[in-house]
Amino acid sequence: MTIIYVDGRPYEVNPEQNLLEACLGHGLDLPYFCWHPALGSVGACRQCAVKVFRDENDTRGRLVMSCMTPITEGMRVSIADPEARQFRAGIIEGLMMSHPHDCPVCDEGGECHLQDMTVMTGHNYRRYSFRKRTFRNQYLGPLLNHEMNRCIQCYRCVRYYTEYAGGKDFAVLKLRNLVFFGRFQDGPFENEFAGNLVEVCPTGVFTDRTLKQHYTRKWDLMMAPSVCVHCAVGCNISPGERYGMLRRIVNRYNGEVNGYFLCDRGRFGYEFVNSPQRVRTPLVRDGAGLAAASRSAALDRLAALFTSGRVIGIGSPRASVEANFVLRSLVGPENFFAGLADGELVLVREVLSILQRGPAPVASLREIETADAALVLGEDVTNAAPRMALSLRQTVRQVIFARAKKLGIPAWQDHAVRELAQGEHGPLFIATPAATRLDDVATETYRAAPEDIARLGFAVAHALDPEAPAVPEAEADLQERAGRIAAALLAAERPVIVSGTSLGSLAVVRAAAAVATALHRRGRPARIAFVLQEVNTAGLALLEPRPLSEVFAADGLAGVLVLENDLFRRAPAEVVERFLAGAGTVAVLDTLLTPTAERAAVVLPAASFAEGDGTFVSSEGRAQRYFQVFVPQGDIQESWRWLRDVAALLARPEALRWNALDDVIDSVVGSVPVLAGIRRAAPPASFRIAGAKVPRQPHRYSGRTAMLAHITVHEPKPPDDPDSALAFSMEGASVPPPPPLLPFFWTPGWNSIQSVNKFQQEIAGPLRAGDPGVRLLEPTGSAVSYHDSVPAAFRPRPGQFLLLRQFHIFGSEELSAAAPAIAELAPKPYVGLAPADAAALGVGEGTEVRVRLHQSSCRLPVRLFAELKPGLALLPHGLTPATGWALPDWGVIEREP
Amino acid sequence: MSELAMERPLTARIRPDGEMVGIEDYERAGGYQAARQAMQMEPRAIVEEVKKSNLRGRGGAGFPTGLKWSFVPVGPEAPRPKYLVANADEMEPGTFKDRLLLEGDPHQLIEGMIIAARAIEAERGYIFLRGEYTLAARRIARALAEAEARGYLGRNIFGSGTDFHLRLHISAGRYMCGEETGLLNALEGKRANPRAKPPYPQVSGLFGKPTIVQNVETLCNIPHIVRHGADWFRGLSRTADGGTKLYGVSGRVRRPGCWELPMGTTIREILEEHAGGMRDGLRLRGLLPGGASTDFLTEQHLDVPMDFNEVARAGSRLGTGTMIVLDDRTCPVGMVLNLTHFFAQESCGWCTPCWSGLSWAEQILAAIESGDGHLEDLERLEHICRMVAPGNTFCALAPGAAEPLQSALKYFREDFERHIRERRCPWRNAQ
Repeated sequence: MTIIYVDGRPYEVNPEQNLLEACLGHGLDLPYFCWHPALGSVGACRQCAVKVFRDENDTRGRLVMSCMTPITEGMRVSIADPEARQFRAGIIEGLMMSHPHDCPVCDEGGECHLQDMTVMTGHNYRRYSFRKRTFRNQYLGPLLNHEMNRCIQCYRCVRYYTEYAGGKDFAVLKLRNLVFFGRFQDGPFENEFAGNLVEVCPTGVFTDRTLKQHYTRKWDLMMAPSVCVHCAVGCNISPGERYGMLRRIVNRYNGEVNGYFLCDRGRFGYEFVNSPQRVRTPLVRDGAGLAAASRSAALDRLAALFTSGRVIGIGSPRASVEANFVLRSLVGPENFFAGLADGELVLVREVLSILQRGPAPVASLREIETADAALVLGEDVTNAAPRMALSLRQTVRQVIFARAKKLGIPAWQDHAVRELAQGEHGPLFIATPAATRLDDVATETYRAAPEDIARLGFAVAHALDPEAPAVPEAEADLQERAGRIAAALLAAERPVIVSGTSLGSLAVVRAAAAVATALHRRGRPARIAFVLQEVNTAGLALLEPRPLSEVFAADGLAGVLVLENDLFRRAPAEVVERFLAGAGTVAVLDTLLTPTAERAAVVLPAASFAEGDGTFVSSEGRAQRYFQVFVPQGDIQESWRWLRDVAALLARPEALRWNALDDVIDSVVGSVPVLAGIRRAAPPASFRIAGAKVPRQPHRYSGRTAMLAHITVHEPKPPDDPDSALAFSMEGASVPPPPPLLPFFWTPGWNSIQSVNKFQQEIAGPLRAGDPGVRLLEPTGSAVSYHDSVPAAFRPRPGQFLLLRQFHIFGSEELSAAAPAIAELAPKPYVGLAPADAAALGVGEGTEVRVRLHQSSCRLPVRLFAELKPGLALLPHGLTPATGWALPDWGVIEREP
Repeated sequence: MSELAMERPLTARIRPDGEMVGIEDYERAGGYQAARQAMQMEPRAIVEEVKKSNLRGRGGAGFPTGLKWSFVPVGPEAPRPKYLVANADEMEPGTFKDRLLLEGDPHQLIEGMIIAARAIEAERGYIFLRGEYTLAARRIARALAEAEARGYLGRNIFGSGTDFHLRLHISAGRYMCGEETGLLNALEGKRANPRAKPPYPQVSGLFGKPTIVQNVETLCNIPHIVRHGADWFRGLSRTADGGTKLYGVSGRVRRPGCWELPMGTTIREILEEHAGGMRDGLRLRGLLPGGASTDFLTEQHLDVPMDFNEVARAGSRLGTGTMIVLDDRTCPVGMVLNLTHFFAQESCGWCTPCWSGLSWAEQILAAIESGDGHLEDLERLEHICRMVAPGNTFCALAPGAAEPLQSALKYFREDFERHIRERRCPWRNAQ
């Protein structure tokens, strides 16, 4: 740490940071535009000018751009210096020359960094009296609006999109004050992280197009700290509601997880909450159809089941730990089954056991991002765990940061570092059956079947550590490749291994563990990360459910309770249909009317993530609490409450204790040791700040007395919230709560999301009082062992294809697929074939074929995958009737007559 | 060696018929001797000789050449390849001195580059040429082919065991490409935005490798310094800065042109003896001594010697040494508007004071010139000049753009006020 003096006062600062970061980190107000904590400094906007003095005798000083100025010991700085202030006011005046006077109708208004900075510098009168420059806007797809007239040429968008996120379809055009940021022609953004432009753009050039459909100002939104439900990464989000409708999602900074960015599925998938497919009242089967019923009628029906015979429960990887736990308690652990395909359950158990066994600890996204070498085994990360791919894209920059440091170029000097890099990337090896969206930054890619991907992993492990099992009959090519990868990983200081369950291969997961173990044996502190499929896959598995196939085999059931799960995604349709027809009374608790719910006798309206509270365990093993954003209308309530209500009717003693979420958490902590940490994921509902709860509404929330005036002139009392320390109100604690309870980022003078600066220990560091979440899985022992189950090499079978799941960021995930904007971007159904295989079958792109697996079959058009290994076929998960098939498996593909 | 060649080494060989000096003529006149000589010298010794010569960069900034070279990492540990780039993107309004050297004697530049490359151990070089210089492009291409054919370029040059690959790159044509780091970005195929310094190109330049970017005229001096020594070179000058200088004059003088004269020749001598003075009936009102991006000087400065320090002391810059003359029948507001239009249009759009300030200044000047100005506009122009002062902007384009404007506001304020008062340009109907 170094001492610097700002306007005469000493501050202790991190000498690795630049002067702007040091000032902002201490809560000093200094305006900026082109700098972004994740993007570094380029010195374009000149807004952050300060005076720097040679020593205490220097009274004149000189203007410098603080973002481009390194820290030196004892440095003397003035923000308040009149010349510096005048200069900053002059810059704002220049930026505002052509900026439209449209704040009242601009979607950014009220959370606009440009507004904040303009007010901060005191510019309030436009001396520029000539015509403003104007542009033609572009159609950029269903996610983002484009309003170029508002642009202030700070270049953040293009730097983020092309340099940080790797997008190629967006650029800067033209010169002088006519610079245009756009695509070469109208059309949807190709990059999966384009939505972050909403927050990266300091003004209203890029705004949320889904929000525009049902626009609400930030200050009018009710918000709560939440967790994205659209994959297992566990990104922190801040959803906003008004008039009972979820309006939008913005990023909620978590230094260990998502940092400043979300993926587009996470940002725009929320509209399923407002979907017409929502179940809003209890439904009971009445003849052929489902009809609305009273709560008591539905609950009585369920309670009656328990007196008539065996009732089983099927848990859910997308329901909270608490909901799954209450279901398990209600039906009994022996009747609690995984809402996962058997194959996946086996994989998830193996993953969890690897993370508990060690020696390699799990990697958070920050740890992936700061790793200096990475090996990806069998995951198309961009499509399966999107936000993780954005981190891996930064991993490859670490070696360049190290080299720049040697030349005295600090890591924050973004363009100088990139210039030095010349597009060179640190080691990233990707082994997958088909091309991935990270290949452009990969050192080497390897296209192979799951068996061969596993063999590569084992070969790398063996090359690192002769104790690791050798790969039988390893081809020379495989050994050479493994040698190169092993050398790169060994040369790294912080290598990371990424694998997961997407391919459905136990061997791949074990191979990844073997590499990490071998690196540890060679003294390298490798970390490991696994891609899991759903938001609470890990939480469900930690409750030790029984395999789903046992359910399908069971008979004589009185009924089955299906918790937030569409069984047609877990097993082939014939199997599910047969089961549902013979399983007695089927009751489904869910948010959407899924195919399973459509076949149920009773459907209970479950709260979505925005309407309830609970805990999810991410693929990192991080337990994170999500909080209710708003009180839904009608009978919607959390699944755990529905199940509690059933238990209450059965006079179960525990049901009497479970009045609020914390009561359920107490029970979880008491009976499932591995989940004991979930209590610490957030302060309890009893938490108060100076006796007050934390308000969910900003202090400028408007219309409190008016918004229901057309119904009643009496202002209703805000609903109680027994489950959290948050209030459905604008009143409450006036100081920031602990990070897990932060509903939004907002501080005086900083209305935009960039106010996050004020909540961090240092810029881009952890939030004050720590990043939210508790890691449940840390290696317990140092015992090192290898699985010696190296598979044989893949052999194509004549007349058959090894069918594999292919994931898509848009379309594969169940809930977001019900959001119109996401659905619009989802690919059409297909079966993916290697060109050589297609040619042999006599089919081409778009030809309809029949895909058969055991008793199941479906008709799909062919899509060619240039790099796909022959003998393999890809089925897009969630997009075809084959979604429930147990893959990988050998199937048949035939030309349709 | 003729006396002329010893007095005006850079231009002595240039043929009066406008044809280029081919390689035979060039070698007959002693060409490539210096390069051969340099191949026997230690790189460090070449740098020392250039340092001793007091040669300062002729592109405008006047940075000591030898000192610049000494920042390049050398030896077996240095990053490779290293680059040498000749900045031949001569695009400043009023500047046409490099063109003379490029069209007339391209081998001189090539030889200068061979020696400079030796000095910094660069194995690759580029001549970054202004797109409109089509004749120069043809002649450089021919000269490169000639030099390559004789083994002076490419592998194992002059049998020295070292390589120097030199390529001609024709600019797509923006003023910003002439800025040292904008040029490097352009050469890499990127937008010609300037780069932050540090890191300096000598450390991380073209393609992230150590690079020297040097003006054409500067490089053309190198063979002569090596051949005749630093002492001789310093003796060519009338001041502390070594060598001769190519001075140019444009505007309504009797004989506009470009001449090689001792460094430190006075403005009066250049203007009156070489350019023949003002045309009949015209009076000198002011001049931009070093091209479009330098401050006006006026009659009181005629005896200022044209070298880096003296012109700076008078309140302007030597710049490229090519002066633009303003006469009393030309509207100073119109002249400044024309220049500001150029600079505003050529702003790369990167830093705010430049892209916003210059286009605002251009619009204000256009308003004043067409009779729509207000007195407070003059304060606004002064404000813009302060905003783009050196250090406030990302590169030197905007501070340079402000120089004619801020000095015009100083020396010709009455003319600006008259435009505003009379709501017209007084020159428009007066001619």
